[in-house]
Amino acid sequence: MAEFRMPSLGADMTDGVLLEWLVKPGAVVRKGDIVAVVDTDKAAIEVECFDGGTVQSLLVEPGTRVPVGAPLAVIDTRGPVLSPLVRREAVARHVELDAVHGTGPGGRVTRSDVDHAAGAGDVTEPVGQAAAAPTRRRTSPRARRLAKAAGVDLSAVPATGPGGVVRAADVVNAAHPSSAPEAAVMSAAESTAQPGTEQPATAPSRAQARIEETGAGEPSAAERTAQRALAMRATIAALMARSKREIPHYYLTETIDLTDTLDWLRGRNQTLPVPERIVPAALLLKATARAAREVPELNGFWLDDRFLPAPAVHLGVAISLRGGGLVAPAIADADTLDLTELMRALKDLVTRTRAGRLRGTELSSPTLTVSNLGEQGVESIIGVIYPPQVALVGFGTIAERPWAVRGLIGVRRLVTASLAADHRATDGATGARYLRALTRLLHEPEEL
Amino acid sequence: MKTTDPTQIIRMTLHEVAPEADLDRLAPTADFRDALELDSLDFLRFVELLSERTGRRIDEYDYDQLATVSDAAAFLSAPF
Repeated sequence: MAEFRMPSLGADMTDGVLLEWLVKPGAVVRKGDIVAVVDTDKAAIEVECFDGGTVQSLLVEPGTRVPVGAPLAVIDTRGPVLSPLVRREAVARHVELDAVHGTGPGGRVTRSDVDHAAGAGDVTEPVGQAAAAPTRRRTSPRARRLAKAAGVDLSAVPATGPGGVVRAADVVNAAHPSSAPEAAVMSAAESTAQPGTEQPATAPSRAQARIEETGAGEPSAAERTAQRALAMRATIAALMARSKREIPHYYLTETIDLTDTLDWLRGRNQTLPVPERIVPAALLLKATARAAREVPELNGFWLDDRFLPAPAVHLGVAISLRGGGLVAPAIADADTLDLTELMRALKDLVTRTRAGRLRGTELSSPTLTVSNLGEQGVESIIGVIYPPQVALVGFGTIAERPWAVRGLIGVRRLVTASLAADHRATDGATGARYLRALTRLLHEPEEL
Repeated sequence: MKTTDPTQIIRMTLHEVAPEADLDRLAPTADFRDALELDSLDFLRFVELLSERTGRRIDEYDYDQLATVSDAAAFLSAPF
């Protein structure tokens, strides 16, 4: 048994409101599946579970505010560990795996158990009920659960699955025809989600939630927006005050000549269609992440009076929201993505941040944050560290300035990079090493 | 309802990229990246949509000609 608890979506979060369950008791979840939507002061966040198994019970009703760490659901982790082969076999033969008695080691469901359940007819309870109807449609187990929950008559649902199988999405469409495009949009957006996440089931309520958020005909929407803006201000205030109270910052800056780098980028973009072009910001982020790998002393957390290095570089990107406020979600493993992948991840992250559809791990995982205020046309930024991180990298705007190169003054395109670092964790020499690495990496863009 | 008026297409596209911006207060000669606070990703999206809608190839060195609504309209109206 494992408890699924209210996650901490950043050091500033003390509690959150469970907005919506995306799973029901009995659902099989895998580690990393998105199981709930939690409303924090910043945004509605999709949260993943950290244990695989069967959802035993949901402990908290939607709309309840609960502190970080409070149990939200119980997940039975003993559940039969199924091989993909068994899973496929069960789907193909329409066997409800939850109801199959496992005879393998540790109660594992084996292929022959599935054969037995499908063939012998002595099937156990849930499948038995369905089998009692002789004309029953071929349906996926999830479609059956959904249909039951939504009160949809399965025999009336048009099937789109292979071989005329009624799929979960068909049930959703039948239950809420108008939400079908929404479901498609959501599942496209969640294409990285693992199979087994019950996305379609949640589309209708999400669609409603979105309507409320955007305020279409909803009188309380403006109030909600105003409240959220206030709450976000309070959150930023608390976090930044804590940072300045606890973290002895030191600051280093370096002016980097990007002229050749930007020429290289222009040449690269020249031959590419617009969607594949890369903005300079993506180069800056990539170099920031790679430099963090080279100087791991700046990539991690200050916890319990000591530095805890992070095993990977999850690069937090400060993104300003159009309505005001700031969120800094992470691009996971930013140092390992190539420029095209990083660009795609950045676009996706910005879009979802502004639409208020971030995932929990994105908010809780940054190991180092970068603030690129250059977009707003300022020359440099001296940042404030997000605790418990130990550094923040800032970039000002890229601008043409007079600059000496090999004894001659020329007009070059420059950026001021800055590092704010926690003096408890590192000293200036480490920070200097970081900025040197950053400069070198930005001067070798083809290696990024 | 398909419009071919460049100004209309530009304004429609800007609205899509920055839905909350008040375009009625945007002067045709104002730098809209500043006025609407578009970042580089927003601007790239704008270029992408504009290129899609007009069938016009827009290269990076053309970006300077897309600073204001009236400049962009002139750019789109000019022969290739």
